[in-house]
Amino acid sequence: MINVHNISKSFLGKKVLDDVSATFQKGKANLIIGQSGSGKTVLLKTIIGLHNADEGSIFYDDINFTKLNIKEKKSIRQHIGMLFQGGALFDSATVEENVMYPLDMFTNKSFEEKKERVNFCLKRVNLDNANSLYPSELSGGMIKRTAIARAIALNPKYLFCDEPNSGLDPKTANVIDNLIKEITKEYNTTTIINTHDMNSVMEIGDTIIFIYQGKKWWEGNKSDVLHADNKELNDFVFASKLNKRIKETI
Amino acid sequence: MKFFYHIGKYFLLLFEVFKKPEKQGIYYKRFITEIENLGINSIGIVFIVSVFSGAAITIQTAYNIENPLLPSYLIGVSARDSILLEFSSTMVGLILAGRVGSSIASELGTMRVTEQIDALEMMGVNSASYLIFPKIIALMFFAPFLTILSISIGISGGFVAGVLSGVTTTEGFIEGIQYAFNPFYVIYAIVKAVVFAFLITSISAYQGYYIKGGALEVSKSSTRAAVNSSVFILIFNLILTQLLLS
Repeated sequence: MINVHNISKSFLGKKVLDDVSATFQKGKANLIIGQSGSGKTVLLKTIIGLHNADEGSIFYDDINFTKLNIKEKKSIRQHIGMLFQGGALFDSATVEENVMYPLDMFTNKSFEEKKERVNFCLKRVNLDNANSLYPSELSGGMIKRTAIARAIALNPKYLFCDEPNSGLDPKTANVIDNLIKEITKEYNTTTIINTHDMNSVMEIGDTIIFIYQGKKWWEGNKSDVLHADNKELNDFVFASKLNKRIKETI
Repeated sequence: MKFFYHIGKYFLLLFEVFKKPEKQGIYYKRFITEIENLGINSIGIVFIVSVFSGAAITIQTAYNIENPLLPSYLIGVSARDSILLEFSSTMVGLILAGRVGSSIASELGTMRVTEQIDALEMMGVNSASYLIFPKIIALMFFAPFLTILSISIGISGGFVAGVLSGVTTTEGFIEGIQYAFNPFYVIYAIVKAVVFAFLITSISAYQGYYIKGGALEVSKSSTRAAVNSSVFILIFNLILTQLLLS
C-alpha cells in the first residue's frame, strides 16, 4: 500500500500539486485521471521520487519515503516496476537484454537462471519469440509489453504505469489494460496508473482519483464515475459524444 | 552567473559519475564497449587526418626554410616537433571533440528525452555513473594509443610527401626526426591527450545528460558539446603547455 499525505509541488513558483492526499491499495489497479497538464504525471514522479515534494509525505507500506536518503530510496526503487509512457526501452539493446537488465544489475543469478526468468516474463506478456528483436523493430503494443516484462522481472511490490495506452489502438490498449490488471492480481502489487483514457477507467479502475488543477478533486471507483455529480469530473469523463450518450443512457 | 551555474552543475555531475560503481562486472563490459565506440571507431578519422596533416606540415616547413645554407634535416626536425608538440594531441583532440563529443551528447540526450535515463533511475541505478563513467575512462585509456598512432602516421605521411615531392631526401628526413630528439615531448603529447579525452567526454556528457525538450534540443546539445569541448581543449592546451614546457 502507498499513502500520500498532503503533497505539494511547485515549479518556478507555479503550484503544480496542491495538498494532494491519497491511498493506493495493494492488489488493486489505482488510477489517477485528469486532463493533460493537470499534474498527474508530476504526482506519479513525485511518488516515485523522481521529483522531490515541497511539502507532505509519502509512505511505502510503513516506510516514510520522503525521509529516506538517496541510498535508501534506491533500495525501495528496486521493488518498483515502472512502465513509462513511451516504453523507455534501451534502444541499443534487444528485447531479451532489456528484460534481463534489472536481473543483471540487482541479482547474482547465473546466466541460465536469468534467461529462464526473462523467457518466463516474456511469455507472460505473450512475447515468446521476440528475444532477439530491437525496440525499433517492435510495434507500439509490443514495446509496452516488453516494458511490462522488464517491470515485472524482479517481482515488484509496486507497479507504476504512466499513460500505458498512449499511442495504441483501442484493441491493443485493452490488451495492455487487462495485462496490467492480471499482473496486479497475480503479484499482489500496489499498482498506480496514470491515464486519461476512459476505456481504461471503465475497464480496470478499482480506485480512481481525479486531479484537477493540481488538486485532488474527486475520488471513487469505476461505477461511481458513471453517477458522480462533480461538474469538472463529468466535463472530463463525458467530453466525447460517445461518452455523453452513454451518460444519457444511464 | 549562468557560467558559474553550469560549472557548479558540471562538478555535481562529476561527483555522481565518480561514485562507487554498483556492479563492477557490468561497468567493465560497458568500458570495453566504449573503447570500441569511442576509441577504435575513431582510428579511421585519426589516420586520415594525421597522414594528410603530416604531409602538409612537412611540405609547408620545407617551403618556409628554403635556404641552401640550412641543412635538409631541419625539415624532419621541424615536422617531428610540430606533430609531437601540437598536432597529434591538440588537432586530434579537436577532431575527437567533433566526432566523439557530438556522439556522446546525442546518445545521452536521446536517452534523456525518451525517458531511458528516468528508467535507469527508477530501477535504482546511478544513471550518471553507469552511462558516463565508462565513457570517460575508456577514452582516457585509449587516447594515448590514438596519440601515438597519430604521431607515427603523421611523421610517416610527412616522410612520404616530403620524399615524393622532392622537398627532402630519405636520409635527410630520417636524420631530422632523430636529431636532438627529446623523449619528454612524447610524454607531453600523451598527457595532453589524456586531459583532452577527459574534457571531451565529461563536457559532452554534461551537455547530453541534462537536456530538456525534444529532438531539436538533442541536435543543439550535440553542437554545444563539440563547440564547448573544443574551446576548453584550446584553453587547457595553453595551460598545459605553460605548466609542462616552461
